[in-house]
Amino acid sequence: MSTIVETHDDHGHHGPAKGLTRWLYTTNHKDIGTLYLWFSFLMLFIGGAMAMVIRAELFEPGLQIVQPEFFNQMTTNHGLIMVFGVIMPAFVGLANWMIPMQIGAPDMALPRLNNLSFWLLPMAFGILISTLFMPAGGPNFGWTFYAPLSTTYAPDTVTFFIFSVHVMGASSILGSINIITTILNMRAPGMTLMKMPLFVWSWLITAYLLIAVMPVLAGTVTMMLMDIHFGTSFFDAAGGGDPVLFQHIFWFFGHPEVYIMILPAFGIVSHIIETFSRKPIFGYSSMVYALTSIAVLSFVVWAHHMFTVGMPLAGELFFMYSTMLIAIPTGVKVFNWVATMFRGSISFETPMLFAIAFVSLFTIGGFSGLMLAIVPADFQYHDTYFVVAHFHYVLVPGSLFGIIAGVYYWLPKWTGNMYDETLGKLHFWLSFFSVNLTFFPMHFVGLAGMPRRYPDYALQFADFNAIVSVGAFIFGFTQLLLLFIVIKSIRTGKKASDEVWEDTKDWGLEWTLDSPPPYHSFTVQPEVK
Amino acid sequence: MKSISRVTRKFIYALLFLAPTSVFSEASDYNMPVGVTEVSKEIFDLHMLIMWICVWIGVVVFGIMFYSLFKYRKSAGAKASKIDDHFWLEITWTVAATLILVGMAIPSTTVMINAYDDREGDINIMVTGYQWKWQYKYLEDDISFFSNLATSQEQIDNDIPKGEFYLSEVDEPLVIPINKRIRFLITGNDVIHSWWVPDFAVKQDAVPGFINTAWTNVPKPGIYRGACTELCGIKHAFMPVVVRAVEQEEYDAWVVEKIALAEAEKLLNEKVWTKAELVERGEGVYLKNCVACHQTNGQGLPPVFPALVGSEIVMRDKTRNIEILMEGVRGAAMQSFANQLSEVDMASVITYTRQSWSNGKNGDGEIIIPQEIVDYKNKVDL
Ligand code: HEC
Ligand SMILES: [Cu+2]
Repeated sequence: MSTIVETHDDHGHHGPAKGLTRWLYTTNHKDIGTLYLWFSFLMLFIGGAMAMVIRAELFEPGLQIVQPEFFNQMTTNHGLIMVFGVIMPAFVGLANWMIPMQIGAPDMALPRLNNLSFWLLPMAFGILISTLFMPAGGPNFGWTFYAPLSTTYAPDTVTFFIFSVHVMGASSILGSINIITTILNMRAPGMTLMKMPLFVWSWLITAYLLIAVMPVLAGTVTMMLMDIHFGTSFFDAAGGGDPVLFQHIFWFFGHPEVYIMILPAFGIVSHIIETFSRKPIFGYSSMVYALTSIAVLSFVVWAHHMFTVGMPLAGELFFMYSTMLIAIPTGVKVFNWVATMFRGSISFETPMLFAIAFVSLFTIGGFSGLMLAIVPADFQYHDTYFVVAHFHYVLVPGSLFGIIAGVYYWLPKWTGNMYDETLGKLHFWLSFFSVNLTFFPMHFVGLAGMPRRYPDYALQFADFNAIVSVGAFIFGFTQLLLLFIVIKSIRTGKKASDEVWEDTKDWGLEWTLDSPPPYHSFTVQPEVK
Repeated sequence: MKSISRVTRKFIYALLFLAPTSVFSEASDYNMPVGVTEVSKEIFDLHMLIMWICVWIGVVVFGIMFYSLFKYRKSAGAKASKIDDHFWLEITWTVAATLILVGMAIPSTTVMINAYDDREGDINIMVTGYQWKWQYKYLEDDISFFSNLATSQEQIDNDIPKGEFYLSEVDEPLVIPINKRIRFLITGNDVIHSWWVPDFAVKQDAVPGFINTAWTNVPKPGIYRGACTELCGIKHAFMPVVVRAVEQEEYDAWVVEKIALAEAEKLLNEKVWTKAELVERGEGVYLKNCVACHQTNGQGLPPVFPALVGSEIVMRDKTRNIEILMEGVRGAAMQSFANQLSEVDMASVITYTRQSWSNGKNGDGEIIIPQEIVDYKNKVDL
């Protein structure tokens, strides 16, 4: 794709400061990337522990472990933490690490802002999680927090929740501003937009989506705040308000949010597939157009989450058609990935295994998404486990596998040490097996009629729920292996070469740097031809 | 197109059923129910059609992918080609994808138009979601009642074995006649609920302040079970829907009986009640309507649901006590029970809470008779 002219020397080199303050005050893109990634990892275990509580309760019919009130807090916080605390920060962490290195820049454009965007997050989640220990209990109205359950009928702690969402939103917006500024201004000479690595492209688009919709989310929670404390009735029918309005605004944010959580993974997987197929990505420009059209379409499909709220027929049909349209660019991406593998020279290192699993399992999530778009059929699927199966397929073997693939792919570059390939493969196969054991049966439970967000269920759903729970426990514990692999590679991993993988110099500027890369990635801008 | 006919359906299956069919056969417990109405059957067919199209796209795409992974593996000495674009290939698969989608959109639209039809029904029933029960009001016949979960708390807590219809049984199901167009007017009283009967393929949100419509026409007598599908608080999983579809004659008889019962209930207002009678009746009302929040022992679940034991209002403030039950507490889960309870039930449940636990001993010990509720209603109506 590009070759590089680079003179690399560490003149006037200064490394990171020592001790804790290094992390508190750091303005370095790699340090901040690391912070984001560890934060996300920690949240993965917290959100995961909540999932374990949920699955333990659902292991068999009846109430055994927790009461419905706490169960609802678990589902709500599991969702919020996984979405805002795991997937999004992990992507931002990868962006921090990789964008400057992929575009040939020394750092992010706005380093202090970068520090602020990160440190807002622990505050937001500190607030959110602390509500679980307050007498009224944490948020219990689902991660979609539909009014009036989340306003008039909410526990008092909802105000903390609102504040926490505001802080998360601020963090995302600042982060996006930084990413856009960096990409648009700091590319190496010669790197035109259409020569940018796909990960950078995917983040450019994601960042615009974030800037567009995070303020909408902030608006939504502000309206809730007004309803709760200042006597307005935006969402309160008794005062002339409209509970459905809430859902429209929420999903106007929420649907682009869904793509925010997948687009960067598209970018990562594209790089991995070309590296391990030893063949340039097929249809680069159509990949870029597909990303862009997905982003644009994501603004006109929101009400497909609301097919049962009572929209007029024309509305239902419009949102069905527009949603189906999204299948086209998404399909194009999948076809391009397959075409990249076709006539390549393929090897199966751990990142590639995760990327292949991503392509296949994300596509399954895409299929169920297409089924959900069919309005009349959605009357049967809506708010059942079929939906739960769908979005877990796109988020776990989709987004999360994309992130894990990226971590395996770039970790040797970051730390200078290889991870243990055998353990990596073990981690993959265990994850692959258990993720399917967990989420595939959910399709059937949903079709058979089990609604989501139920702490207890009728007897005919028992067998499949037991299987799902077993799968979930295996998947949960398997992720401890990832933690072990990462620590082991940092501590005692074999030295990695600068190229890390075979002939990667062709696949991106990041591979031209040392492993580990210097503290300020490119002090001299490379030239891209 | 009326519906994808049975024959076409069989044909589609014949074409598509090259894959194992056990899980997806019509009678399977693990597939969407075929249901009993015309609409539910059409939707089932549509679901199968779309699913098989997806399966086959998957077979082709994954087939090529796994073939490539195997054929072009490096360990077998594959050399990578450098091709990285092919204009016509891109155009072809984009167009192909579009055509398949159009093929899906056409039958979906027809089914949708058929399912979405809000003409008046032969019978119109107002369905209201409450935390956590359903109210059914027959607009033509002046019948109205609540439908509560009938599964006992002991079953839920695993103290006794679970019955066959665990969590999908109610004390009083909705009754409808077969072969009549029934229109449901669906709304919510507090938060959003959603009324779902899979066998009718009717799922409609019950939104406070809005009235949504749905309809069905059930050809076959039977008991059909459904659920609330919009998270509505603690007992979301505990407010099932049960519909009993009966022959017209049976339905007519049921209507007559229901109306007679309501008349008899009215007469009770004139009866002279003793404290013991009120308390006894009130206990039943309390167990049915109040324990979800205030608990059987009256201790509630503070801080969300206050204890009634030792409450000043319940022990000494009769006027306020009636008012709370009649008007609810705005902004809290304590709703108005004015429309849910008859005058007699209202008087007896209040009396019950004032006499039970330690309240009878510590409070003023006054009872409330149905006439006081009638008076309250008349006063408020003015
Ligand atoms: C959905 C939950 C719920 C149900 C069901 C419910 N209540 Fe309540 N009740 C509450 C809540 C919440 C409050 C506190 C309202 C407030 O003041 O904020 C309350 C308050 C009360 C109070 C006032 C107590 C005090 O000391 O302030 C009385 C009396 C009462 N309820 C009686 C009843 C009776 C009798 C029933 C059954 C007919 C019943 N409630 C059913 C939730 C419920
Ligand atoms: Cu409900």
